[in-house]
Amino acid sequence: MIMAEFNQPPASSPASAVVDPLQDPALLRRLLRAKDRMDAASHEAWPVERLAAVSGVSEAHFARSFKRAFGIPPHRYLLTRRIEQANTLLRDTGLSVTEIAFATGWESLGTFGRIFRDITGRSPSAMRREAQAAMQQLDRVPACVLKAAQRPDLTIAVLEKRRRVAKGTFRPSTKEVS
Amino acid sequence: MNQGISVVGLYVDDQDEALKFYVDKLGFRVHTDVVNGPYRWLTVQHPDQPSFQLGLFKPGPPIHDDATAQTLRAMVAKGAMPPLVLVVSDCRASYARLKASGVEFTQEPVDRFGSVDAGFRDPAGNGWKMIQEPRSTT
Repeated sequence: MIMAEFNQPPASSPASAVVDPLQDPALLRRLLRAKDRMDAASHEAWPVERLAAVSGVSEAHFARSFKRAFGIPPHRYLLTRRIEQANTLLRDTGLSVTEIAFATGWESLGTFGRIFRDITGRSPSAMRREAQAAMQQLDRVPACVLKAAQRPDLTIAVLEKRRRVAKGTFRPSTKEVS
Repeated sequence: MNQGISVVGLYVDDQDEALKFYVDKLGFRVHTDVVNGPYRWLTVQHPDQPSFQLGLFKPGPPIHDDATAQTLRAMVAKGAMPPLVLVVSDCRASYARLKASGVEFTQEPVDRFGSVDAGFRDPAGNGWKMIQEPRSTT
């Protein structure tokens, strides 16, 4: 009886004890470099070949490696950074929504507005009003740290999010569903 | 100062490389460097802060089992460790000097409400913000 219990593999155990190459610190450090480069210039275009070159990883492996390291595909990560940057500009500047759309890397105002609403649940101008009203309490956190903390959480694809809203099963993006 | 925080440590995957980075590039000084078998207690100090030591510790035996050490090294390499802040008097000048010495910057200096900040990483992946605080109005 006891033996039988011991022979049961734990439900959540990894498939094998072999060291996962994606736990290799040198590779992870290079993947982090690609993530850092997107952070530093999220308004630029980041096709896979450009990111793969930064990491020294083949194009075929880059997206999968990135997703396994950081839990989100690289393209979607870039969207979170653009939305974060747009939020900052909405809050801290007087730039128009159109100017912000182009400054943060979108090719059209329509795409920006649609994706912004899909991700945040608000229009850019509504977000601007809310952020400016809420700002007073946050001025003791270093601005750069605060900015990162306000990055949207894109654990599901934008299209999936849009689909759930349509079906009325939308959950706020800031809540992790365990 | 008789009471307060004395040592805070970072994890690094290579203590020699970390030592070179924090001393030769950032200008810190070695405070303690003691080896005891596989363990090395290594701390550095900012020259203006004699009461505070920054530990540069390598995950591994005898403190950590292999799987834990592997996880910690991966977390550092992924940039998942907490933010660190270095205060400087002139962010742009420090940026120019450190960049020229080969420091990997993740963010160029940016003005934010009177302060200026930049970002860099140590070789292991620990992320620093380098902040020039606003001129005091007093």
